[in-house]
Amino acid sequence: MAKGFVAIMAERCKGCGFCVEFCPTRVLTLSSAFNSKGYHPPYPVAAEKCSGCDLCGMYCPDFAIFGGRHAR
Amino acid sequence: MHADPKGVLTGVHFIDGDHACCEGTLAAGARFAAGYPITPSTEVVERFASRIPTIGGIFIQMEDELAASIAIQGAVWGGAKAFTVTSGPGFSLMMEHIGYAAITETPCVFIDVQRGGPSTGLPTLPAQADMMQARWGSHGDYGIVALCPNSPQECFDLAVTAFNLSEEFRVPVMMMLDECVGHMTEKVVIPEAESIAVTPRRYTKRPPAEYRPFEPMVDLVPEMVKAGDGYRFHVTGLTHDERGYPSMHGDTQDRMVRRLQDKLKPLANGRALCETEDLDDAEVVVVSYEITSRVAQRALQAARRQGIRAGKFRLVSAWPFPSARIRELAGRVKAFVVPELNLGQMALEVERAAQGKARTISVSHAGGTVHDPDTILEAILEAAR
Amino acid sequence: MNETTLEIPCEIPEDARNPVEPFLRMDRMPHIWCAGCGIGTTVNCFTRALLDSKANLDKVAVVSGIGCTGRVAGYARLDSFHTTHGRAIPFATGLKLANPELQVVVYSGDGDLFAIGGNHFIHAARRNMDLKVICVNNMIYAMTGGQTAPTTPGTAITATAPYGVSEPTFNLASLAEAAGASYVARWTTYHVKQLARSMEEVLKRKGFCFIEVLSPCPTLYQRRNKMGDGLDAMKDYKAKSKVRNGAPTGECALSMTGEIVVGKFVDRERPDYLELLRAQMTETLGDRYAEPEVSCCSEG
Ligand SMILES: Cc1ncc(C[n+]2csc(CCOP(=O)(O)OP(=O)(O)O)c2C)c(N)n1
Ligand code: SF4
Ligand code: SF4
Ligand code: SF4
Ligand SMILES: [Mg+2]
Repeated sequence: MAKGFVAIMAERCKGCGFCVEFCPTRVLTLSSAFNSKGYHPPYPVAAEKCSGCDLCGMYCPDFAIFGGRHAR
Repeated sequence: MHADPKGVLTGVHFIDGDHACCEGTLAAGARFAAGYPITPSTEVVERFASRIPTIGGIFIQMEDELAASIAIQGAVWGGAKAFTVTSGPGFSLMMEHIGYAAITETPCVFIDVQRGGPSTGLPTLPAQADMMQARWGSHGDYGIVALCPNSPQECFDLAVTAFNLSEEFRVPVMMMLDECVGHMTEKVVIPEAESIAVTPRRYTKRPPAEYRPFEPMVDLVPEMVKAGDGYRFHVTGLTHDERGYPSMHGDTQDRMVRRLQDKLKPLANGRALCETEDLDDAEVVVVSYEITSRVAQRALQAARRQGIRAGKFRLVSAWPFPSARIRELAGRVKAFVVPELNLGQMALEVERAAQGKARTISVSHAGGTVHDPDTILEAILEAAR
Repeated sequence: MNETTLEIPCEIPEDARNPVEPFLRMDRMPHIWCAGCGIGTTVNCFTRALLDSKANLDKVAVVSGIGCTGRVAGYARLDSFHTTHGRAIPFATGLKLANPELQVVVYSGDGDLFAIGGNHFIHAARRNMDLKVICVNNMIYAMTGGQTAPTTPGTAITATAPYGVSEPTFNLASLAEAAGASYVARWTTYHVKQLARSMEEVLKRKGFCFIEVLSPCPTLYQRRNKMGDGLDAMKDYKAKSKVRNGAPTGECALSMTGEIVVGKFVDRERPDYLELLRAQMTETLGDRYAEPEVSCCSEG
């Protein structure tokens, strides 16, 4: 199982792509689906690689995504 | 609540209006002042700067009047009673922050020692030409209070009143001196601390979860908190709702702006401060304020010696304007005579309040000196004719 | 699609919560900032700094001026003041002096702090007023529609310089140092970790501290200058920035396309305003000096 998880509040997303670009393990990609504001939110294509570092959370200007580590 | 004895210089003094004003602020509990030097008002903060370090407070000379007039508001939200002092050009620079104090309902005091204008004008000589600016100088609709002392004693007394009203109504209060009153030296009696009433800040007793920063109480004034007490509140100069959050809706604007004026209604009507004499049978009423009220006194005495039934109405609080009193008088007098060191500012208000029921005669004077009492007397005689 | 229906192929603990939320007025979300605007990113760093510094949040106040950045005060769940354009620093000065136990953070834009508010900035730095000033530098007056700021680099097109800016800019770091700031750093919104660490550092420190953060404004600065979107700006920051801690600030001027020197430039001990005041007053007044007790209390 992945060390970390990433949570996405798709409705808050404005599709800027910061999280996708700067995820160190390239967990994310922008989804082809739209949210109700018409933006493409990110989607974890490689969830198993998520370290839970929360860099995506630090980058996201819309507070729409964050990462965390699973308690062991 | 009465004054903290630490700030009260009880005794009989022979000081000028600026110095007396400073003693009034200290008696009222002001422990923070910010200013920028300008004649003829600097003496107020010069005295504060020399007095405050042994009382326990702060004076800071800021880099300009914009800074001074907002630093005091930061201090108020940090828990202080605070004021700034200026004249002429400095008062012009403070206008934006009078509006900020009005919309954020920050209790604070602005002391303006009026000199001749416009612009640099007459730095060392008197005028009373900031009266409309005090009322309307910031953009938008709002209410303020303006008090008009005519002696050093009153500079002391009204400085205390200014702070008390600012706390009661959460409103910026202007102390409108003029150069003559500011620089006139007379006897000033400062009473014991126990006999000086001081209005405490209206701090809420509600816990943070139940507190809404701009929710009006029955008298339309909201309760206050200060930074650092766990309320995590927000204050903005944008139009805001009861939570203090910005709201760009016409109805929020309407509610807020009307309340900012309406909360001062008691001061416009029953509680307006004025000094009157011989109004019962008056046919002519002289409406005056600040130094001009003392010059007018001579003219009133002379008029009465000549058999004219002349009454006196001195504006002690010029704003809110005591429209109801003037309107009532207008129904039974022939005319109002309004001498002032400007080209007719408060005369406009008198005329408006009189609603055409009595004549208003403006005795204008551009400032630099005071009226010749005979000029006022002539106007009274002409009014009685 | 709503808040919960995007199916995510990983297990999210039930109690997982975005770490920024406790620091924000979530009842005011969504915020007003555009897609790809960097202001929100700086706010993330600020919340991490608050968390890591273990600051007592009841004793931290945020003061903003007017502008897109000025809206930060309205979103921070702290005692927060949205003041007038340019005057956040003098307001903060009064707040700090009335209640010195507050950690007062000034959070505002480049135009607000260095054009209309420039005089206050240099004087607060000179006094070493104990304020933490965070400037989001998007090189433009954003809120009003993209006009020239004192930070807009030469040749850029703005709403008020349709043929290109010809005026030289301020080098904010160098200005802050010359005026007397105790601490001066510059980061970009790409440098989230470093920025959060700098913010944490100043929250634990006394004196006038200044952090400049270069931040994308895709809507009003970049669009007119064909500089792409927010992500393009972020990639540009990554490519062009060079960390040079301790670099002489005079060598760190910014331009439209050149290198971006980032790092902590200045970190020096100077007595702050209140320390200097106390020292001078005790020197001249001795026992007669009374410690400022500025706060007034209510009845009962
Ligand atoms: C006295 C005054 N003048 C002008 C304005 C209009 N105004 C609002 S924000 C702003 C510029 C803001 O630029 P900056 O500080 O860089 O903030 P940004 O929006 O870029 O974050 C201006 C000129 C104002 N609100 N008040
Ligand atoms: S950083 Fe935030 S707003 Fe941007 S794409 Fe990712 S989730 Fe959406
Ligand atoms: S928590 Fe870290 S690894 Fe996981 S998606 Fe976010 S940035 Fe990538
Ligand atoms: S205009 Fe620019 S600075 Fe303002 S919110 Fe949009 S992107 Fe951000
Ligand atoms: Mg800007």
